[in-house]
Amino acid sequence: MSRYFTEDHEWVDVDGDIGTVGISEYAQEQLGDIVFVDVPDEGKELTKGDEAAVVESVKAASDVYSPVSGTVIEANASLGDTPGLVNEDPEGDGWFYKLTLADPDELSELMDEIAYQAFVAKL
Amino acid sequence: MRYLPLTQPDRDAMLGVIGVATIDDLFVDVPEAARLDGPIHGLPMHASEMAVERHMSALARKNLTAGQGPFFLGCGAYKHHVPASVDHLIQRGEFLTAYTPYQPEIAQGTLQMLFEFQTQVARLLGTDVANASMYDGSTACWEAIGMARRITKRGKAILSSGLHPHYVSVAKTMAKFTGDALETSAPTLSADTDLDALIAAIDKDTSCVVVQYPDILGRIADLKPLADACHAQKALLIAVVTEPVALGAIKSPGEMDADIVVGEGQSLGVGLQFGGPYVGLFGCKEKYVRQMPGRLCGETLDADGRRGFVLTLSTREQHIRREKATSNICTNSGLCALAFSVHMTLLGEAGLRQLAAINHAGAVAAAERLAQVPGVELVTPTFFNEFTLKLSQEARPVVRTLADRGILAGVSLGRLYPGVGALANGLVVAVTETTSAEDVEALASALQEILA
Amino acid sequence: MSINASGWRPEAPISVGKTSSTTTGNKALMLEEALIFEIGDTTTTGVDFDQAPPLQGRGWGGAVPQNATADSRRGPTPNPSPEGEGLKDSRLGTLARTAPIGLPGLSEPETVRHYTRLSRQNYGIDLGFFPLGSCTMKHNPRLNEKMARLPGFADIHPLQPVDTVQGALGVINELANWLITLTGMYGVAMTPKAGAHGELCGMLCIKAALEARGEGHRKVVLVPESAHGTNPATAAFAGYTVEDIPATAEGRVDTAALLARLGPDVAAVMITNPNTCGLFERDMKVISDAVHAAGGFVYCDGANFNAIVGRVRPGDLGIDAMHINLHKTFSTPHGGGGPGSGPVVLSEALAPFGPLPFTARMADGHLQLIEEETAGDEHPHSFGRMCAFHGQMGMFTRALTYILSHGADGLRQVAEDAVLNANYILRSLDTTLEAPFGTSGPCMHEALFSDNGLAEGFSTIDVAKGLIDEGFHPMTMYFPLVVHGAMLIEPTETESKAALDQFIVALRSVAERAKAGDVSLKSAPHFAPRSRLDETLAARKPVLVWKDPDLAQAAE
Repeated sequence: MSRYFTEDHEWVDVDGDIGTVGISEYAQEQLGDIVFVDVPDEGKELTKGDEAAVVESVKAASDVYSPVSGTVIEANASLGDTPGLVNEDPEGDGWFYKLTLADPDELSELMDEIAYQAFVAKL
Repeated sequence: MRYLPLTQPDRDAMLGVIGVATIDDLFVDVPEAARLDGPIHGLPMHASEMAVERHMSALARKNLTAGQGPFFLGCGAYKHHVPASVDHLIQRGEFLTAYTPYQPEIAQGTLQMLFEFQTQVARLLGTDVANASMYDGSTACWEAIGMARRITKRGKAILSSGLHPHYVSVAKTMAKFTGDALETSAPTLSADTDLDALIAAIDKDTSCVVVQYPDILGRIADLKPLADACHAQKALLIAVVTEPVALGAIKSPGEMDADIVVGEGQSLGVGLQFGGPYVGLFGCKEKYVRQMPGRLCGETLDADGRRGFVLTLSTREQHIRREKATSNICTNSGLCALAFSVHMTLLGEAGLRQLAAINHAGAVAAAERLAQVPGVELVTPTFFNEFTLKLSQEARPVVRTLADRGILAGVSLGRLYPGVGALANGLVVAVTETTSAEDVEALASALQEILA
Repeated sequence: MSINASGWRPEAPISVGKTSSTTTGNKALMLEEALIFEIGDTTTTGVDFDQAPPLQGRGWGGAVPQNATADSRRGPTPNPSPEGEGLKDSRLGTLARTAPIGLPGLSEPETVRHYTRLSRQNYGIDLGFFPLGSCTMKHNPRLNEKMARLPGFADIHPLQPVDTVQGALGVINELANWLITLTGMYGVAMTPKAGAHGELCGMLCIKAALEARGEGHRKVVLVPESAHGTNPATAAFAGYTVEDIPATAEGRVDTAALLARLGPDVAAVMITNPNTCGLFERDMKVISDAVHAAGGFVYCDGANFNAIVGRVRPGDLGIDAMHINLHKTFSTPHGGGGPGSGPVVLSEALAPFGPLPFTARMADGHLQLIEEETAGDEHPHSFGRMCAFHGQMGMFTRALTYILSHGADGLRQVAEDAVLNANYILRSLDTTLEAPFGTSGPCMHEALFSDNGLAEGFSTIDVAKGLIDEGFHPMTMYFPLVVHGAMLIEPTETESKAALDQFIVALRSVAERAKAGDVSLKSAPHFAPRSRLDETLAARKPVLVWKDPDLAQAAE
């Protein structure tokens, strides 16, 4: 399984043709306490770069862009009651949604973990 | 210039600190051509308090006030007695001269009041939650239609013919720009509401049905079958209440399963004020709260564990969501909400019910008395404190003639529906606790004379 | 001598250091107050009524709330008496309310005390300096309140025959004339109920005007990043796509970039002038001319009109529409968050499209209300109605009273003193705090600082909360978005030099503490009715209405 990152601080884990999407540790740190997450409905078709989810603190609402294209197969239901999961474990239990990848080639445009850390270090 | 505390020596000293010679130096960024070199011509200069009071009082005297004689106007604005302590309390400087509670540690007064207001409104309307108020009933009504569109993702709203025509006009204006389709019609001068027609019109494209309760003619109808019909097609029922006192006597729309209930809160605490400022009430089922427009106050704890209140769920609003906000609204009607809340607290449930009972009893007596006048027919068999009469001639000139005699007789349907011939003889009459039996008698005998 | 029989031995007070907490939680003048749901009940009423004529019929027997507690002290409830004279049937059909509502009541003394105690947990202009940037928190003259309460204004119904409300229509017309003249514009729409409602009105006029000349295809509205959030929200509502206009390093609109973007798809630009960085947009006229040449319209957000009233007329800058917040420039009270009022002045090109209703003076001097009925003849291009009735009449009487008090000369002095006060603050504090646009020329009505230079981990919010302890309402925080940790300070003209000097001393002190990393600031305020409130908790588990604790517990 490999993990890829975008410059907008989303990550996607890829296992076969299934991707799991979330936001990075850096992103949750910048947002502050997360109070609400709006995740996409199952079956929603997403194109890379689409607004897929919304994550809210008490002072900001940020769009989460889909790092890859595909069809949503599952959203993280736990975020409804415990949006704080995104703060506690953004790159684990705080994942947003899973989708079937439409075009695995898109992954080549994303950063790996090392490249992302270097990217963040410059911000 | 009594509102300006700076003295000329102050101004000179401050210019020195700033490092400029004259006040004009602070306006250097204004292009020369746009700078005015003195007071704008053709306008009066400053005036003493006494002079201003004289001028304004002269204007005020040109109006015939509701308190001057028999008064029967309603149709979305009602004359009720407002206890003296309401106006005293809303003039407390800490309420009157505060701003939106953005610094909650020093705005708990406003915030706790809003929390109480939200609870009072939700209970009165029969909804799970309510917001901290809207501009007025008509704008709240439109906001509810927009909210139904966001929830159902459908763009057709069906407006009852019994909805206040100004509210319909507002919705029509807004819909022109949002692309919502609105189905509207004028009411008929009859006892029957259009509930059956509404039920028949609902289809899978319908976002919501908007129905007023009591309606513009004063009629009341059970909304439950309409709610069921809406829900069967996954549409929402929006109920509009322009006379909140009514809910002390009749079932709340929430009890009949309305999804969103909006209203005009003017009847409690606010006064007539020639139409504004008023206070829009807005309640809904809890599951729709994130699609709600307007400010919301919520309970929380402070750092020391004490209960406190804050504005919350602000991410719906324009200052954060900007072009994605649920609405562009950035204010509520705070001071009017306070007046509403104080009046409601003074009344309490027992007082509200008694007030409603007095209103209804007075209206029943008035309707029966007026219906005895030859040429007058009572159109609406059931009502709360407002009913519709059909006169033997066009009502609008009759209202004008009565006004000349010092009687403000009600709202002619000709005023509200110009050009709709079938309604021209309709007169909507409101009776509240401020209406005396003598007032009713004066109207009855004057009508008798005019219609004879 | 006679001995001190009372036992009262006057002595100089002694300091005991930190005091213990009190039993009640009250602290002398600072009184805690429970919710009405905790102190009231559904059988209490603070209002006496004349006796209601009894009615019979469904529901009236149930008029006593089911959860009523027996208490003979409490007010009477409707009690139908079958023997009563003139007994009539209720005409509520099947809809009489039977279920309890759950509205607590208080007696009048309890009510007065409840709200008086609540009021004392609020900061207000009457109490002290309230320098919220872009909000224009100026003194609210009580003459305004007195005039608005004259029965001739307060006790008239909006649907009375127009002959009976000539004075009220006169107020609207007189205020309208002032607003048109002060702004050098052509017409004014009086009905919008607040600034944002006014923005909507202006944008709807623009859209109607474009559609009338067959240019409905213009879909883009240009808005600077520093704009109030209402601007993009309004443009989006009106069906436009919003594009940002970049700013220059000095905090103004990048004129070159804006002009380059103009074209056949641009419907309008929305510019705040003076802008939210507190600066006058020098190129406003140039921009307006270019926008007009490209076929678009210019909307000006007039939130900051206080800085230029009587000195500059927006009409001379080529503006097509501008809302005026009567609660800002013209001193109607903010009321803890409304009601506001936002009339919109319009250029000759837009005036025909303004909303209904409006007042017009006929040749004979009679004031006519132009509503839907006569609009066809008088105002055929109107885009329609924005609200029921005639707008915020209660605010019109207050604003007119204020305007008449100041007159043309006083209003000009208002702008001058407001700008003077703001510059005094800017120059007195720009060595303590970073003023990102301090070198861009004089500021107008407000001074802008950033949180640059504060110690690691300290931000604008800590400075703001520290100011609360010093007895001030904080400035606007984190707005405009173009400045990191923005602190926007608008003193208005109604502050004395002494008040400003005290504020400057206080802000210097708090800022120095923040720069030094004084940790006590992180938990400020320490002396307010509440310490910092947990907004995360409020948003994660929203509690928006009070629930009876017993019922709430039972439900879980």
